[in-house]
Amino acid sequence: MSMLLRSWQGTGALILCLVALARLPLLSPEASAPFGSGTTAMILLLVVVGALASFLRMQEAALAGILFVAAHFTAWLLIAGLSGNEGQANLSFFLLVAACWLLGWRCISVLAEIRPKTGGASTALRLLIPAIFGAWVLILWEAITRGAGVPFILLPPPSAIWERIIGSVSILAADVRQTIFKAVLFGYAVGCAAGFIVAILADRVAFLRRGLLPIGNLMSALPIIGVAPIMVMWFGFDWQSKAAVVIVMTFFPMLVNTVAGLGASGAMERDLMRSYASDYWQTLIKLRLPAAMPFIFNALKINSTLALIGAIVAEFFGTPIVGMGFRISTEIGRMNVDMVWAEIAVAAVIGSVFYGVIALAERATTFWHPSNRGG
Amino acid sequence: MNTSPTPVVSARKLGLTFQTNDGPVHALSDVDLEVSKGDFVSFIGPSGCGKTTFLRVIADLEKNTSGEISINGMTPEEARKSRSYGYVFQAPALYPWRTIEKNIALPLEIMGHSKAERKERIERTLDLVNLAGFSKKYPWQLSGGMQQRASIARALAFDADLLLMDEPFGALDEIVRDHLNAQLLKLWAATSKTICFVTHSIPEAVYLSTKIVVMSPRPGRVTDIIESTLPRERPLEIRETPEFLDIAQRVREGLRAGHSYEE
Repeated sequence: MSMLLRSWQGTGALILCLVALARLPLLSPEASAPFGSGTTAMILLLVVVGALASFLRMQEAALAGILFVAAHFTAWLLIAGLSGNEGQANLSFFLLVAACWLLGWRCISVLAEIRPKTGGASTALRLLIPAIFGAWVLILWEAITRGAGVPFILLPPPSAIWERIIGSVSILAADVRQTIFKAVLFGYAVGCAAGFIVAILADRVAFLRRGLLPIGNLMSALPIIGVAPIMVMWFGFDWQSKAAVVIVMTFFPMLVNTVAGLGASGAMERDLMRSYASDYWQTLIKLRLPAAMPFIFNALKINSTLALIGAIVAEFFGTPIVGMGFRISTEIGRMNVDMVWAEIAVAAVIGSVFYGVIALAERATTFWHPSNRGG
Repeated sequence: MNTSPTPVVSARKLGLTFQTNDGPVHALSDVDLEVSKGDFVSFIGPSGCGKTTFLRVIADLEKNTSGEISINGMTPEEARKSRSYGYVFQAPALYPWRTIEKNIALPLEIMGHSKAERKERIERTLDLVNLAGFSKKYPWQLSGGMQQRASIARALAFDADLLLMDEPFGALDEIVRDHLNAQLLKLWAATSKTICFVTHSIPEAVYLSTKIVVMSPRPGRVTDIIESTLPRERPLEIRETPEFLDIAQRVREGLRAGHSYEE
């Protein structure tokens, strides 16, 4: 067995390094605080060491560790050297960022090859790989916006967004309280519950089933967000009108999915209940609702994103001076793009947590479904 | 024909016609049959002969369009409402979100048995089908044969005297099927239930039954009823005896007489 591995990322990093060496310096001559020659040498050395290591046959964890340090420490040195030199980066700077990225890529592929023996290690690895991946999105974003001097209005660097989040925690908290804890959660709970109850009624009452359901199918396909200004007229500027928008948006997906789910149980299972002389409610609770759970959770997941969109966009049409949608629409007018991004980041985190909680509840409830059995 | 005072199932001139887009389909026509208490009756015939439909009429899952049928002297609907039969389907139809014991508890919950009684009955029926160690497993963690045994346990749990079985072992391989056939006979002897059993396997019908009803299609009707002369105690080896082969031959003749071997 050969002592060397093939590593196209390593080869690529070495080539990028050579070209970068030929095109030094890293920053244009007008830069106010150029890289010292020691730092430059260290950056090049780290990339070369990381690239060479990727060719060696060694323990995967050790290799991943070397690549991790080489890629991320170098990227940190490069980005740290940018402060005071925004927009002054030369081609060689970007080539070295690209080389680091290749090493990071290699690091992820090495990690993905590891087959851990313990459950804890496997969980850690499952979290680590996407974390590194996500970190590189931010690193590239930061290096490109600051290195190339992308106008702040177009795209602020993540560091500026982070500073804005830290600096405006109280404003963000008030906005979250107004938009998420009042409009979204209330609207989501009421909308989903109403959709569910009407679905059961439609199952019982032929009039609703034949009259309402076709309309429900139609409505769930419409961009209901258009009713937001009307809801503001009806229910006023405060959170109630936003909750109303969320209720309208979440109602129909829940209705349509629950009805579909109630029809999901098999003919044989229903014959079985009939053979026990089971009444309507017994069959509903013991057979049809459990069988409908995958559909109901589907609606809960769709609605978690719809509710967030509905509440934020509804605030564009009139609101008291607090709320995530209000902040986004006013701060973009004042060119405070970092605040807009800060709200987007907070919304993204809350949306992910919201979705994640529902997905966990789904795994616990529909563990029996063929799509979940493996885990 | 049968002199028993309490026929469990009694059908007179029974007919069932489905109205379809291609015109009426005569699933059953002029079926006369009596099943007495303790009988093991097999229904055999090619697909489309109405054997499953007949079982479903007994179970009140289909309604006959002509003739009469009574179960323990009641109409099928009354019999179903008084929970007088257990039905075993072609597939186990166990609920995947319930463990084996919870699946067996299902009819007991619906019929309002107390928790202590449910526990006692679950243990007893799981013992009957040799699944005692698997009560906490989910159906999808068991093999097909075990799942079908669990579904039989579920049909036995509420002590109905009549057991309706619709090709319960049709989807299983022959080795498992032999084993389950032998177990079913033991179970029948132990519980003294009346069993109506739909199958399309001649050896299975002959091995299990005290009475074999041979049916033929278009329209679905009974062509022969064969009373088995085999003893009630039946080891698997009985299938090599001349008597067994003789009865199997009669079944085959009955099928041929009903044009069941023709296209």
